[in-house]
Amino acid sequence: MKIHEYQGKKLFADFGVNVPKSKVARSGEEAAAAYRELGGKIAVVKSQIHAGGRGKGTFREEPGQHGVQLVRSAEEAAQVATRMLGNTLVTIQTGPAGKVVNQVLVEAGCDIARELYLGIVLDRAAAMPVVMCSQEGGVEIEKVAAETPEKIYKEHFHPAWGIESFQVRKLCQQLGLTGKSVRAADKFMRALCKMFVTLDCSLMEINPLVITGDGDLIALDSKISFDSNAEFRHPDLAELRDLSEEDESELRASNAGLSYVNLDGNIGCLVNGAGLAMSTMDIIKLNGGEPANFLDVGGGANADQVTEAFSIILADTNVKAVLVNIFGGIMRCTTIAEAIVEAAKKVGFKVPLIVRLEGTEVEAGRKILESSDIRIISAMDLNDAAQKAVAAVA
Amino acid sequence: MSILINSKTKVICQGITGSVGAFHTRGCMEYGTKMVGGVTPGKGGQKAEGLPVFDTVIEAREKTGCNATMIFVPPPFAADAILEAIDAGIEVVIAITEGVPALDMVRVYERVKRSGSILVGPNCPGVITPGQCKIGIMPGYIHQPGKVGIMSRSGTLTYEAVWQTSNLGLGQSTCVGLGGDPIVGTSFIDCLKWFQDDDDTEAILMIGEIGGTAEEEAAAFVKEHVTKPVAGFIAGSAAPPGKRMGHAGAIISGGKGTAAEKQAAMREAGIEVALSPGDMGKAMAAAITRAMSAV
Repeated sequence: MKIHEYQGKKLFADFGVNVPKSKVARSGEEAAAAYRELGGKIAVVKSQIHAGGRGKGTFREEPGQHGVQLVRSAEEAAQVATRMLGNTLVTIQTGPAGKVVNQVLVEAGCDIARELYLGIVLDRAAAMPVVMCSQEGGVEIEKVAAETPEKIYKEHFHPAWGIESFQVRKLCQQLGLTGKSVRAADKFMRALCKMFVTLDCSLMEINPLVITGDGDLIALDSKISFDSNAEFRHPDLAELRDLSEEDESELRASNAGLSYVNLDGNIGCLVNGAGLAMSTMDIIKLNGGEPANFLDVGGGANADQVTEAFSIILADTNVKAVLVNIFGGIMRCTTIAEAIVEAAKKVGFKVPLIVRLEGTEVEAGRKILESSDIRIISAMDLNDAAQKAVAAVA
Repeated sequence: MSILINSKTKVICQGITGSVGAFHTRGCMEYGTKMVGGVTPGKGGQKAEGLPVFDTVIEAREKTGCNATMIFVPPPFAADAILEAIDAGIEVVIAITEGVPALDMVRVYERVKRSGSILVGPNCPGVITPGQCKIGIMPGYIHQPGKVGIMSRSGTLTYEAVWQTSNLGLGQSTCVGLGGDPIVGTSFIDCLKWFQDDDDTEAILMIGEIGGTAEEEAAAFVKEHVTKPVAGFIAGSAAPPGKRMGHAGAIISGGKGTAAEKQAAMREAGIEVALSPGDMGKAMAAAITRAMSAV
């Protein structure tokens, strides 16, 4: 689960991580009031969406307006906020559809001496969380990682103990921080690591991490996502979820306990198991087709879930054929066959349906389909299924 | 010989009184696995699937002499169940549970590596030595005793690979489902070592997926240490970056972990790479033929 910058900064503040003063605004008047309350000469109005690249992004309805802007008066704050709110921000990360801005963050300007990068992720190879820092703040860290990996400094830490002070000193030396900044960094980084563990984060990024003129550290941005497997430990975090930021079909699927990712192609896929679902997409592409989605109904899905899966796939108007690929393990082929019959009654198949069944109760499953009056193109194996699906949309 | 488990392995199920645990305990017994008991805290003294239920793993071990466990305990308690099994000295701990928090696995991983136990999973289909012992949720009948050692990060895709090798008459020595989570107990490299040293395994099939660098590390290991023919497949070449493909581990982030990178590393190590998931069995057969003609 991802959250907004303003929510992340509130969590930072709760854990003692230094952030600029700021206020959330949902109208021009609120933005003006926020500017006055902050009391400084400059402030920054920042669009709140779940995507990066906001500073360079522009609004579809207001092409001259960027997603982040410096303002010097309450009136200007109101004007800028009004141009952002309710409009669609298109950035390099949102895709051409963009995202509607429902709130802005009005933030006090700060005295920036240097901009650094700081991230915390789980290092799979080491099986430990790792703090990553770079002097190249502000820019895309992926680029730094790809081109000059030696410029990223890393320290692993144990979740029970957090980062040690000597590790912070090491990082400070590599980043060129001295004096007061080293003491500030110790408090800052130890608080961040504690938050990463306490809230079961899967990713935490501060880009840029600002060193102020008088040597303090401030988190000027926040990007946080949480481990969905640990949701049961954090019922309070569920309130931070912004459903308007999520794809409607993906949301519907997750409510039904299905794993679904919407893609651009025209062959809908219904598969059991994540690996097989990915492979089904691969083999469609290898045969010259384009998958419309990734959909894993999971190991133990029941007929209702499978019927819901069909409705989600068929609700996508791009879908010109549906490929069902089931290798029954826990999942019985009869469950799938019954769900196909049920879905045909409920939602109807207006597009060709290609079915490949194998595994537990396969013979009985095939019989159910044969004795129904649904028109099915049956396939014998994976290659056969992909070829028939691609031919069906040609 | 096979690896990890065989006809002598005595197995308990942690979480045997839950519906899923009971169902698969039955499945394993029907396959011929020596199931000897189960553990559910607070239900000691009861019977489940005709087997004795114990309160603790240590008690189960003392009374049954079990040396392997199959874990179906729900995610909030799974890490604890794994630690309990390790503490009791169970040699092979197979965690099927899906949805274990990643930081719980950081905690578990460290202790597994300091113990004498082997952990497979979590979020995996289990381990099977065809004709001898099945510990997990895979359909038994698709397997056939034979010569290919299969290791995989995915469940149903493993069944696909098993089915293809069975249909080609190659059969399997042992199949290990490693699990789809970012942190799992057993890596490709662990399995490669065991398969290389196992007399029954004549060839190795490796099924990876996008995300992380486990496949690249495995490829480097194959190049240095594995003399048996190896074939492989990477799932997710059609997956877009930044989107999680079901498994928590299957995500291309920051341009790393793509199928193309992994395939290149595998080819460089002399591994026969199947581009299509429909050709995994064929790639294995090709790798075997190539190795034989090289002799």
